[in-house]
Amino acid sequence: MVFTLALRELRSLFLSPLAWTILAVTQFILAYLFLTQLNEYILLQPQIKMLANPPGATQLIVSPLYGSAAFIMMMIVPLLTMRLISEERNNKSLSLLLSAPLSMSEIVIGKFLGVTGFLVIMTFLISLMPLSLLLAGPLDLGHFSIMALGLLLLLFSFAAVGLYMSSLTTQPIVAAVSTFGVLLLLWIIDWAGNKAGDENTSAVLSSLSILRHFEAMSRGIFNSSDFIYYLLFITTFIVLSIRRLDSERLAR
Amino acid sequence: MNNSSLISVQHLSRYYGKLAAVTDISFDLSPGEVLGFLGPNGAGKTTTMNMICGNLAPSHGSIHICGIDLMENAKQAKAHIGYLPETPPLYREFSVDEYLTYCAKINRLPREKITSAVDLAKQRCGLEQVGRRLINNLSKGYQQRVGLAQAIIHSPSVIVLDEPTVGLDPIQIREIRQVIKALGKEHGVILSTHILPEVLITCDHVQIIAQGTLVFNDRLENLQQNNPAEATRIQFKRPPDIQTLQNISGVNNVESFDGGRFKLHHNIDTDISDSIISLAIEEDLGLTELTPESKTLEQIFVDITSGDQSSDTENAA
Repeated sequence: MVFTLALRELRSLFLSPLAWTILAVTQFILAYLFLTQLNEYILLQPQIKMLANPPGATQLIVSPLYGSAAFIMMMIVPLLTMRLISEERNNKSLSLLLSAPLSMSEIVIGKFLGVTGFLVIMTFLISLMPLSLLLAGPLDLGHFSIMALGLLLLLFSFAAVGLYMSSLTTQPIVAAVSTFGVLLLLWIIDWAGNKAGDENTSAVLSSLSILRHFEAMSRGIFNSSDFIYYLLFITTFIVLSIRRLDSERLAR
Repeated sequence: MNNSSLISVQHLSRYYGKLAAVTDISFDLSPGEVLGFLGPNGAGKTTTMNMICGNLAPSHGSIHICGIDLMENAKQAKAHIGYLPETPPLYREFSVDEYLTYCAKINRLPREKITSAVDLAKQRCGLEQVGRRLINNLSKGYQQRVGLAQAIIHSPSVIVLDEPTVGLDPIQIREIRQVIKALGKEHGVILSTHILPEVLITCDHVQIIAQGTLVFNDRLENLQQNNPAEATRIQFKRPPDIQTLQNISGVNNVESFDGGRFKLHHNIDTDISDSIISLAIEEDLGLTELTPESKTLEQIFVDITSGDQSSDTENAA
C-alpha cells in the first residue's frame, strides 16, 4: 500500500515541471564542476605521479563532486519536500487519504518513499558522471559506492526533515524556508564547537552535525556510527510527522 | 445501538479549544436511507461529517460504522465509507482514469476488480466521455462528479456527501440529485446541505442541526402527514371587515392582504373551515380560496434555527 502512495507522489512530481527543472539544473551545475575537476586532475597528473603514494581519480575528482552535490541538494531538497503534506492540506485533498482505509504511518511513509524514489534517480544520474571515467581508467569502486551510499543517506535525512516541516504548515513556501533553515543549522552546527575550543562541546556538536557524518563516508570510510546516525535521524523525523498528523486529527 | 444500522452515532461532541462545534449528537442511519443534514452556516455539519469519516477525532462519544468502532478499528470501519468533502479532494494533474484508479487502490480494492470499479463509477456519474482528460481542465461540475465517483468507487455501505451541489448550474444540480437518489437505493447516504428543496427531493429522513446540537430528527413523510394546519389562507370577492373574521371562534389572529386576502391563525387542533364557509354563505362574501396551511420544512427550519438564536441572545442579555 505504501508503494501505491509513493508511486503517486513520484508521478505527481514528474507531472509538474518542477522535478524536471531541478534535475536539469543540478545536473548542469554538477557537470560543470565535474569537468573543472577533471581538467585540473589532468593538468596536475604529472606532479601527482611523482608522489610516493599518489591519490587516485576517485579521491581527487569524485570526492569533491559528491561534496558539491551534497551542498547543492541542501538547497534543492526543501523544494522537493515542501509540497508533500502542506499542499495537500491547502488543496483539501488530504481528506482523500484520511478517509481511505489507511493508517497515518502508511500515509507518511508512502510520501517519504515517494521523494526517496526521486532522490535515488537523482543520485543515479549524478553517479553516471564519475562512472563514465571507467571508460578511461580504473576507479576505486569500494570508495565510490560508500560515497554514493553516504550521499543517499544524507539526502534521505534532508527529505525526512522536509517532510516534517511540510506537515507543520499549510504553505509550501514556509515549509521550504524552514527546512532549509534547519538543514543549514545542522550543517554548520559544529563551527561553534571548533571556535569554542572546548573539546567536549566540540565533540557533541560535531556528532550532531549532519555534514560530519557525511565527510567520513566521502573519504571512503564506513563507520557504523554514521550509518546509525542517519537511520535514527530519518526515523525521528518520520515519527514526528506521523505524530503531528495524528495530533491534528485529535482535539486541538 | 441498533445492530442493523449502517451508522450509529452516540453522544458525539467536538471542541475546538473552548469552542464547542458539536455537542451531544446521536443518530442512526439505516440501509437504503438518504439522510438530509440541514443547518445554517457554521452549525457543525462539516465537523460532524469529518468525524464520521475519521478525519477528525471526536472529543466525546462513539461512532460505529456497520457495527465496527471507528476509534478502535479505524481501517476496517473506513473501508465502508465513501466521503465527498465540501471541496472535492482531487489531484488536478492526473487524468480522471488515473485518479479513479488510484482511489480504487488506496481503498484496497483487489487488482482484478479495479478496472470494472472505475468503469462503473464513471458510468454512474456520467464521466464516460472525459476519462482521459486532466481533472484540472474539467469544469467545476465535472470536477464535482469526479469527487462523487471517488466516494463511490469501492461501493461503500455509507456515502457521506458534504454540500455536493454547491456551485453547480441547475441542470448539473438535477443530474447530481438523481445520482444521489439512485445511490440511496443501495447504500446509506448522508447528505449535508443548506438548500431546503434539495432535501425534499432527495431525502427520506431529515435532521436539523443548529449551533452544534441536533434540534430536529424525523422522517420526511411523517413531517408531511402528521403536521396539521395552524393557519388558513382565504380570499373573498367582497371582503368583510377584519373584526368579523376575528370573531370566528378559534381564530387567534388575522392578517389582511390586498385583494381581499386574509390569513387566519388558529390553534393546531381546531378546524375553522366550516365556520368560514357558513359565514361566507350567510354574508354572501363570495369565497374564492380556502387553503389550510401546514408547516413546511422551511418554516420548521426557520422556527428552530432562529428560535435558538433569539433564546441565546436573551440568555446573553
